[in-house]
Amino acid sequence: MANLENPGPGTAESSGFETDYQLGQDNIRPFGLDIHNPVFVISGLVIIAFVLLALANQEASAEFFGWLRPFLTREFDWFLVIAVDIMLIFCLALVVLPVGGVRIGGKDAVPDYSYPAWIAMLFAAGIGIGLLFFGVLEPVYYTYAEGGAAHPLGIDPSTPGNENIGIVGTVHHWGLGGWCVYAVVGLTLAVYTYNKGLPMTLRSAFYPILGERIWGWWGHIIDTLAVFATLFGLTTSLGLGAKQIAAGLNDVFGIEPSNTVVVVLIIGITAVALGSVLMGMDKGVKRLSEINMIMAVALFFFVLILAGIGSTLARFGDVMVQYVMHLPALNNPFGREDTSYFHGWTTFYWAWWIAWSPFVGMFIARISRGRTVREFILFVLIAPTIVCALWMTTFGGAAINMIEGGTGAGDGITAVVVDAYKPELALFRLLDQYPLYSIIAPISLVLIIVFFVTSSDSGSLVIDTITAGGKIDAPVAQRVFWCTLEGLVAIALLLGGGLSALQGAAVSTGIPFTLVVLAMCWCVYLALRSEER
Amino acid sequence: MFQRILAPVDLAHLEKLERALKVTAEEARHHGAPVTFVSVTAAAPGPLAHNPDEFKAKLEAFAREQAESRGIDASALAVISHDPTTDVDDALLGAIDDTGADLVIMASHKPGVAAYFWPSNGGKIASHSDVSVFLVRDT
Repeated sequence: MANLENPGPGTAESSGFETDYQLGQDNIRPFGLDIHNPVFVISGLVIIAFVLLALANQEASAEFFGWLRPFLTREFDWFLVIAVDIMLIFCLALVVLPVGGVRIGGKDAVPDYSYPAWIAMLFAAGIGIGLLFFGVLEPVYYTYAEGGAAHPLGIDPSTPGNENIGIVGTVHHWGLGGWCVYAVVGLTLAVYTYNKGLPMTLRSAFYPILGERIWGWWGHIIDTLAVFATLFGLTTSLGLGAKQIAAGLNDVFGIEPSNTVVVVLIIGITAVALGSVLMGMDKGVKRLSEINMIMAVALFFFVLILAGIGSTLARFGDVMVQYVMHLPALNNPFGREDTSYFHGWTTFYWAWWIAWSPFVGMFIARISRGRTVREFILFVLIAPTIVCALWMTTFGGAAINMIEGGTGAGDGITAVVVDAYKPELALFRLLDQYPLYSIIAPISLVLIIVFFVTSSDSGSLVIDTITAGGKIDAPVAQRVFWCTLEGLVAIALLLGGGLSALQGAAVSTGIPFTLVVLAMCWCVYLALRSEER
Repeated sequence: MFQRILAPVDLAHLEKLERALKVTAEEARHHGAPVTFVSVTAAAPGPLAHNPDEFKAKLEAFAREQAESRGIDASALAVISHDPTTDVDDALLGAIDDTGADLVIMASHKPGVAAYFWPSNGGKIASHSDVSVFLVRDT
């Protein structure tokens, strides 16, 4: 037989991060599967046990997580904000430091995906329905709700020069602070996988700290936590999101938003996601992400043109200037008096971004081979920030213009954002003031569904890879299993109650995971420095 | 009768390939046809290699070893795929075109229940390519 022990060039052996561990050596192969023992088994069992517990003790779990989430985002505000500050400074430093020139996959690596496909996929996985759901809601809320108590930094938008502070506060949550978390996790995993040759799974990033122990229980815990955060992050979004789509369907078509409708929606979304993972990265996930982007861009231009291109772009310029100006204050955790904005939104957002970071980070890592570190930071941190800012300015600005216009056009928006909080309708109250509502509204609903699917399919692939010990070519039945489980868990929790409790649980995983991401900054720096030599 | 043989191999399961490799060598000698051993992998690290270069090197070593031990003319073709789980069939069909092979010889497991849902790679190749396909059962 051939000499398969002969290592080729550029292996882990030659880069200073030596390990004798062979990918897949802990895998077991029951029924033709290829799964990591014990990560697959433990995460599967823990997920099922957790769902049963949540269903059996609905009130207690709702109460506990209803208390835990605000407690964590209030008491650990300083921790979350300082941690995100460190990650942001670290990312920006990578651009100017010499290690910024390191290429993911080695000097001669060529990018796996073209710019448009790469951007479409990282966006579609990472954003979820955020842009559609919060684009109108957040700016309007900060500007008008709670009798002004939700003003970011306590700045009154009615004072001259501060009209856009509500939008600036929104951009803060969808900008640098969020994407830098994804960038750290994504870059770390990409470098450890494609440059260091370690398995594509979260534990690999800790090789310089934990050494060979990452293949034991330390690693099992890190990977299981990541599976847990990913699955519950996705299912709660899927369940709550399906409810929102049902509310939208009710609004547009008058369909009663019953449980049946929501369950059918979840099954439909899961079926499309399943189709996507069965077709694979290029024919499924990539293509769907591109369709997603085309639809989102079309909706964006529709609103941009109707809201006025010139005035929106002028507003965008002002928002960006103010965002940069207020960035230090927005990122300062101490002595904050705008608690409604700070604890109610900012720290919650930070915990949520961090909870989603194992999933989105790993997916971004997978598609980023061949990019340099500088390119990576530019396209995972800076570009999404600008795009999100432009989107939020356009949708939020259009809504604020309607409200300020005094013609009554904005009454519908204030009714669902300020008077009675029905966040899922905010976008539709904006769109129904524009022509072609009967066409645009269904398109928006489809777009929301597609945004879900593009998070769901990439999430299933990520869980599949983690639970296969970093193998990305595990048997197809495994991705089917995770994708289906996601839908089933969402349905169980929807019918049995406990979705909100689980959302609390998912966000709560963000707090311990913050330490993991902070450690990653150090680990990726070590790896990049060794690559530079 | 045949000009070039394409032999898809999975180096992770060499023990299941023995019969197919033997048949491949016999056909190659009989027709005097060179063999291209093709294998599909991802750019991410796998059980066999840490990166595509290492994978290529291993496949080439395998082809050399086959050439020497079985007395055939053999070369290697490593195909890097974004998602081997779903793309292996298309990658193999592409390799048939790229190499100009007119005979594919590959190992195939006996079909089980799952085959009704996911046809074997060999079956898919046979139904989507106009070249001859020789499936060799592992026992």
